[in-house]
Amino acid sequence: MQSARSSVGRSIAAHAILITYTIIALFPVIVIIMNSFKTRKAIFREPLSLPHSESFSLEGYQTVLTQGDFFLYFQNSLIVTLASLFCVLLFGAMAAFALAEYRFKGNTLMGLYLALGIMIPIRLGTVAILQLMVASGLVNTRTALVLVYTAQGLPLAVFILSEFMRQVSDDLKNAGRIDGLSEYRIFFRLVLPLVRPAMATVAVFTLIPIWNDLWFPLILAPAEETKTLTLGSQVFIGQFVTNWNAVLASLSLAILPALILYLIFSRQLIRGITAGAVK
Amino acid sequence: MATTAENRPKFRWHIIVFLAPAVLVYTAVMIIPLFGTLQFSLYTTIDNTQHFVGLDNFRTLFGDPRWSDSFWNALGNNAWFFFIHMVVQNPIGILLAALLSHPRLRMSAFYRTTIFIPTILSFVIVGFGWKLILSPIWGIAPSMLDAVGLKSLFAPWLGKEAYALTTLSLISVWQYVGIPMMLIYAALLSIPDEVLEAAECDGITGMSQFWKIKLPLILPSIGIISILTFVANFNAFDLIYSAQGALAGPNYSTDILGTFLYRTFFGFQLQLGDPNMGSTIASAMFFIILAGVSVYLFLIQTRLRRYQF
Repeated sequence: MQSARSSVGRSIAAHAILITYTIIALFPVIVIIMNSFKTRKAIFREPLSLPHSESFSLEGYQTVLTQGDFFLYFQNSLIVTLASLFCVLLFGAMAAFALAEYRFKGNTLMGLYLALGIMIPIRLGTVAILQLMVASGLVNTRTALVLVYTAQGLPLAVFILSEFMRQVSDDLKNAGRIDGLSEYRIFFRLVLPLVRPAMATVAVFTLIPIWNDLWFPLILAPAEETKTLTLGSQVFIGQFVTNWNAVLASLSLAILPALILYLIFSRQLIRGITAGAVK
Repeated sequence: MATTAENRPKFRWHIIVFLAPAVLVYTAVMIIPLFGTLQFSLYTTIDNTQHFVGLDNFRTLFGDPRWSDSFWNALGNNAWFFFIHMVVQNPIGILLAALLSHPRLRMSAFYRTTIFIPTILSFVIVGFGWKLILSPIWGIAPSMLDAVGLKSLFAPWLGKEAYALTTLSLISVWQYVGIPMMLIYAALLSIPDEVLEAAECDGITGMSQFWKIKLPLILPSIGIISILTFVANFNAFDLIYSAQGALAGPNYSTDILGTFLYRTFFGFQLQLGDPNMGSTIASAMFFIILAGVSVYLFLIQTRLRRYQF
């Protein structure tokens, strides 16, 4: 009886701490979204109350959607992120397969070479990357961003995927070889479908930093036509510092895509981080 | 089959085909520019031509007061930024993970998902959002402190030299606490039941079980989190730039290496951008990160005992 009561007490305490922290984590996000739907007066007078019939207003969104080019920025972000993601997954899986499947001279060395980029951030090479892009005429193109993000995402992708590919059964691949499948078919037809869960994990890990990056869009592609959503909202918010409706509305618009992506992929993401911990 | 392939030594082109795209992009866009940047730091530009000056740029950066003041200021701020992360982020992460990993906890999936939300937001949202919330104009922070009778504690934290950097570090901790939480949560789940049952048989339960059994077992994860935090912090830029601008105000009190690099490379206000000094700062950051990673790999990781179950 004694122990039952103390465990109830302990679980209440645990929930209390977790709920407190959940509130801390969500509070700023909720405050921003809530106030983006209010009139200017209400934003200042009652910042913590929900919008109601009197205080409800969409003027912030109207300003943002008529003056900012959010649709274009969104499209740029989407194209850059998806193209980089495709390259990282395809090239990463191919290289991971080569490292996991074949024994050849320099295999370990190649693995280490590709793993270097996990620890050393690509940002440190920015000066020379900008010169490379200037020399090849790629400044202010989405291609430049896709190239940089592909290089940035590859090391971790190769590392994680090769771990998973080592677990694919040899018998299956050898059976494929006996049936006369080429090495390419074995990779695309047999191995890739089996590592799909790992690919999903890598995809989420690759996607978030690319979608949120400010540094490379700012340096490599700051032109109006190639601005990504992150850079676009940064510049836009900077212009509207005093127009609180517009700032809150554009922040909410920037939160939305990330939040939707996360809620779709959160299972993969959490499973990926806790991989191997399944009891 | 395999043996016949080995008997007849044939060049295995497919290995090259599989490796080539990744290796080419990675080498061309990452490795070569990285070394290119290191090389730039040894040159100076006079009348649009590059002149080799050896380590002069580094001497300027570390010793010439025009540069070194900013550099040591940025490095010191960066160290403080990292320190706050280590002492705030890790304990909170461990506490949350320990609570979440309790087997009979309800709604743990809900907590996990929501506590991780800030981590997926971009720095731009986080930086501006907190700037608004802490702003004395809007008054959310002061009125909330007022509600608990602590209004006197309010200060425009982001605008005061003494508090701005700590405030930004805490905002960054708020954003990233999800990552240590998840990694430690995973480590805690991977501790086998038998170990915990054996501990219970010996009468080690509750808090002492956490300190004596679980904590030693998750030390390797804490090590990994620390080095990931180190690399991310010494390479940080976005949050400071979004919240305080390239000048890292007030009066450079929130300047870290990333913003210093950006200003030097691109120039600001009246000062022109200087790619060579920019490379020198990037190289210094490279060596700092390399030193940190080496310390971790060769000194810490080898001494951490790993338990195989």
